[in-house]
Amino acid sequence: MNGASTHPRATGGHAPDVFSHDAWVPMRQYDEDEAVDFVIVGTGAGGATLAAELAEAGFSVVAMDAGAFFRPLADFASDETEQNKLYWLSDRISAGDDALEFGSNNSGCAVGGSTVHFQMVTLRWRPEWFAARTRLGYGRDWPIDWREMWHYYDEAEDALKISGPVRYPWGPPRRRCPYREHEVNAAGLVLAKGAEALGVKWAATPLATLSAPRGKAPPCVYRGFCKVGCATNAKQSALNTFIPRALEAGAEIRDLAMVAQVEIGGDGLCSGVVYTRDGAWHRQRARNVVVAGYAVETPRLLLNSACAKYPGGLANSSGLVGRYLMAHSNHAVWGVMQDEIRWYKGPPSMAVCEHWNYEDKGKDFHGGYAFMSQGPLPVDHAKSLVTNTGMFGMELRQRMALYNHMAGLKIVGETDARADNRVELSDERDGFGIPMPRVTFAYSDNDKRLYRHSLRFMRQMLEAAGARDMTETESSAHLMGGCRMGTNPSDSVTDADGRTWDIRNLWICDGSLFPTSGGVNPSLTIYALACRIGDRIATMARRGEL
Amino acid sequence: MSERAFRNPYPDYDVLAKWDTPSWNEQTRAVVARRLRDVPPRRFLTERQFATLEAVCDRAIPQPERGVSKVPIAPWIDARLFHNQTSGTRYVPLPPLQECWRRGLDAIEAEAQHRYRRSYHALDKTEQDLILRAMNAGETEAPAFGPHLPAQKFMRHELLRTIVEVYYAHPAAWNEIGFGGPASPRGYVRLQPNRHDAWEGEERDSTLVRAAAFK
Repeated sequence: MNGASTHPRATGGHAPDVFSHDAWVPMRQYDEDEAVDFVIVGTGAGGATLAAELAEAGFSVVAMDAGAFFRPLADFASDETEQNKLYWLSDRISAGDDALEFGSNNSGCAVGGSTVHFQMVTLRWRPEWFAARTRLGYGRDWPIDWREMWHYYDEAEDALKISGPVRYPWGPPRRRCPYREHEVNAAGLVLAKGAEALGVKWAATPLATLSAPRGKAPPCVYRGFCKVGCATNAKQSALNTFIPRALEAGAEIRDLAMVAQVEIGGDGLCSGVVYTRDGAWHRQRARNVVVAGYAVETPRLLLNSACAKYPGGLANSSGLVGRYLMAHSNHAVWGVMQDEIRWYKGPPSMAVCEHWNYEDKGKDFHGGYAFMSQGPLPVDHAKSLVTNTGMFGMELRQRMALYNHMAGLKIVGETDARADNRVELSDERDGFGIPMPRVTFAYSDNDKRLYRHSLRFMRQMLEAAGARDMTETESSAHLMGGCRMGTNPSDSVTDADGRTWDIRNLWICDGSLFPTSGGVNPSLTIYALACRIGDRIATMARRGEL
Repeated sequence: MSERAFRNPYPDYDVLAKWDTPSWNEQTRAVVARRLRDVPPRRFLTERQFATLEAVCDRAIPQPERGVSKVPIAPWIDARLFHNQTSGTRYVPLPPLQECWRRGLDAIEAEAQHRYRRSYHALDKTEQDLILRAMNAGETEAPAFGPHLPAQKFMRHELLRTIVEVYYAHPAAWNEIGFGGPASPRGYVRLQPNRHDAWEGEERDSTLVRAAAFK
């Protein structure tokens, strides 16, 4: 039935046309023995964006993804279970006091990566966070100035045609979003009402789904299945923005291609990658390798590429590959409203409050959090209920029958970067024979103070909006860090350009570069970093610095 | 113990009535048709383990009003185990998926034997619930659960999570919570509170909401 998940589609000189039910677009292909300028491992917000940028700059590019190359119009059902095919479902071993949930929670396995099923919340970092140590006294400074990042935010928002407010109420003045904001749904209006009652600002969430037509993509019809893949192409994911750009500019995409190792030549530099596709092992030669597999797969690949020259894994002279992994706390308060809310309609998070990202007074913690209105689909909501409370029986069925009267507020909470939160290789192997990752995670005391503060505040706000019978849940969202960038080879894995300190033709371009986590969803910052890295590589190439 | 009846706020809503409307597309019809038609046979669990699982499903999601036409849950879980469909997360110290479920269901049976000297599926509902509550509180007595197989972790993150994944993927469950169901190519127009489109279910009984919260 679903050929995309079993047989590679991007072969024979063409790739799926993501705007069609069954058509193709031409695709340039490269010989495996011909060293391409760049092989990119992973095609999410980091890899797809960089593939487009580098191909457009004239480099030869092959980008690989372990997942399938879907055509949303034909392949995506309005069904939570069917759409599990978008997640990384191969087991990760999860340890630690606050062991993370992976799978549907924070992973992607498809061309386009997790942007295919992300909830499209597109927020900028607060400027001060890029120099958190210097300006706010905690965490770590990024090796990039905020003004430069904000320049690339402009570029990424334009590439994705973000729909959002004319005037965003927090942070320095910025230009209006490229597309007008969406009508806020009932679930979002609950947040709005609570915010107004408590005297804090709120905004329509800047979202990566269209509020007006764009080329072959129609505007959002508020079907509400965003978190399991958009079947209309209104969502602006890497799959229907940067991937078509990359193909048009001559990049090759290899779907269902799982990279097991980055190979090192006699000169100590990368010579290519070893990968499996269609039941056979292959080797692609390359002058540069970019790892863009996100915060678990990127460290896993570097560690699994250990060789005689680099016995501790690639780019790991600092010992930091896999360390300083971060998640966002994702705690929530839920309540019953007298009004019918029917939160399944529209994108799940149409209203946002960043008050505690920009307010530094009245906190018993450092860092910040945003929170948003919620709209979980039935399975998602039931899972959160039972895993948090253990509720079962008629009580559970009857509680679920309140579905259309529920409203919720959920945070994206900053967490500390801690050395012991990390990705390692386990001694068990996955279906490809590659060592499975083992991930250890625990919240710091500050992280706990932060989410407790948020639960108190959101409970007040929901109550002010009229909610009753409230419950709290805890969870995590997103992944960041694990190969952090910096200014010093002894305490970071790459420089500001994602170039590893140890191997000059090995690069990283994804969320694993983050030195700190910030209190907003990471996707826009990953896109912006990739746009910047693309520019930097083109500049360095012109100067002969590659 | 007589089961409390389920009060359905949406008694005349049927999401399947939208099958041939613009709310359903071809790929969704194919997926849901398979779910309604092709209930898989038992292939992975033993007869005893399957009987335990069926009894647990009955307590986790009681469906007294449906008689023999219950939404099937246990067969779909067996199918997932048969195909080793992992979720992407294996919490330490739980064993790999297939082994985890075999050992977990055996441990429930062991707990029943330990407490009542009868099989779990043969216990009455009150006794079955007591064991589930003990698991949920981490207060099981049989040595089959323990640090190597924590009862609460197994109960919440494997058993209940998977059961609700199956149940709330069924159109009957969408009906009883008033969920709009499949929605593509047609989505929704009316997003405001207390408004719904003509193709959404109508709430007939709001006493639940008042009882829960707005006395």
